[in-house]
Amino acid sequence: MKPARIWSWLALGIGVTYFFLPLIGTLEFSLRMRRGEYSLDAYRVVLADPRFQETFAYSVVMALATIVVGVLIVVPTAYWVRLKLPRLRPVVEFITLLPLVIPPIVIVFGYIRLYNTSSILPLTGTAMGTNVLLMMGYATLSLPYMYRAVDTGLRTIDIATLTEAAQSLGAGWVTIMTRVILPNVLVAVLSGAFLTFAIVIGEFVMAALLNRPAFGPYLQLIGANRAYEPAALAVIAFAITWICMGLIQLVTRFSKHTNAAKR
Amino acid sequence: MQTSASRPHPVVAPTRRRLPLAWLGVAPFAAFAGLFLILPTMFIVLGAFRNAAGEATLENIANLFQPSILAAYWISIRISLASALLGCLIGFAVAAAVTLGGLPGWIRGPLLTFSGVASNFAGVPLAFAFLATLGRLGLVTVLLKDWFGINIYAMGFNLLSFTGLTLTYLFFQIPLMILIVTPALDGLKREWREAAEILGASGFQYWRIVALPILWPTLLGTLALLFANSFGAVATAYALTGSSLSIVPILLFAQIRGDVLQDPHLGYALAFGMIVVTGIANFLYVWLRTRSERWMK
Repeated sequence: MKPARIWSWLALGIGVTYFFLPLIGTLEFSLRMRRGEYSLDAYRVVLADPRFQETFAYSVVMALATIVVGVLIVVPTAYWVRLKLPRLRPVVEFITLLPLVIPPIVIVFGYIRLYNTSSILPLTGTAMGTNVLLMMGYATLSLPYMYRAVDTGLRTIDIATLTEAAQSLGAGWVTIMTRVILPNVLVAVLSGAFLTFAIVIGEFVMAALLNRPAFGPYLQLIGANRAYEPAALAVIAFAITWICMGLIQLVTRFSKHTNAAKR
Repeated sequence: MQTSASRPHPVVAPTRRRLPLAWLGVAPFAAFAGLFLILPTMFIVLGAFRNAAGEATLENIANLFQPSILAAYWISIRISLASALLGCLIGFAVAAAVTLGGLPGWIRGPLLTFSGVASNFAGVPLAFAFLATLGRLGLVTVLLKDWFGINIYAMGFNLLSFTGLTLTYLFFQIPLMILIVTPALDGLKREWREAAEILGASGFQYWRIVALPILWPTLLGTLALLFANSFGAVATAYALTGSSLSIVPILLFAQIRGDVLQDPHLGYALAFGMIVVTGIANFLYVWLRTRSERWMK
């Protein structure tokens, strides 16, 4: 057992070194803006940049809208397929996994050609239309994660019984969805939502090619033109991702506690 | 709705009228997937087989076989394969170390959380992080020069290259592997190892004959997933190299932005080629998985 444990520590050590060096490097670099001493100047410059505030706000709004649309599409579908159309499950699952197979750049290329100004649905003709298109693109990107999270959440509850019970009490479909199913899969939905947020906030390709003023293209622009600010932005982006993942852990753990308390 | 609820067995209601209603429930999803996933992709695929006049042709596909585009595909495939293989190997080693290697239990939680973060920390910020670390003025580059007198750039290292990009992609490939393979490693039952040991198997034999065949589908599946994951990645490479390193996604990106190939239909063919490559990777996964599952029975 002894030699195995040495190998284990070695593997972990290499992993930790590989993952922490870039983080430390970035942090150190972001503090080097003022010559000869460490300072938070790079962060100050970045946070005071009006384009940072605009693009960041834009991406936050986009992420929230994506989450709402994603939940509205995914939760009823996953529920309905489990309840009424189990035969369709492999098909739906296959479709939800397609965004992992088709690169996002290909999907957005299709959008640009399919919804251009001379098409039947000229979404790219107006700023609002392009925003909607971008949001749908983000919803597509998050589909695999959202669907899997919600579907796993539904597996743990007996939806057939819950539905029948609700129906016999006179509930309609909207009531069943919002007051019976959604609260039961809330943790799964929140996990999917935070993951979606982490994906959307820094997304580059779709926003750049659809020419929207999102955070990802702003990052790229700063990276091409500045020295220390990109490192500060990378630290901020890493912190956002970290917060999103932390929140997922938090809601999962919280739900485990409440479930345990109920039993 | 009320009449059907008051009946004792609503299930036996005439299926002819029920069926279309049930299918209506997936209509929003079908509309969404059709409009924003399947139709755009079909449009690209069909465009790859049409010329500017709209006639069916194989010319666009044939045009892909020119040296510069083939070279772009080749380097893309090499980077994706290298980062997927190394990601699988290192991720597996770390996950095995934590689940089976006798490390203290408290390491596991933070490792999985960190993997969740790192696997999603891709795109432009990741490029910044590696520029700040291994760029010409990066922390590691400078420290190696100051402390050990090793100038990695004089030795031929370049972040904007095959090695550099592979090294960068590993930052999200390894954690993804850890996240997927850890539950699979947990699924290995203690009894199997004990049974193998009682029958006189060495540690190596246990892994080769018992554990690896069981894990095979997961490993192959993750390999295919990691491959597709890095093959389609644009943001990191673009932020890292601009358009100096000509990999397929960057070529396509430049084509969409400014029609650098002077032929929009060649762009469709380029995109179609990307779908074919990631499609083959996923097909191989499904095929090998059914094979290994049949063999396992």
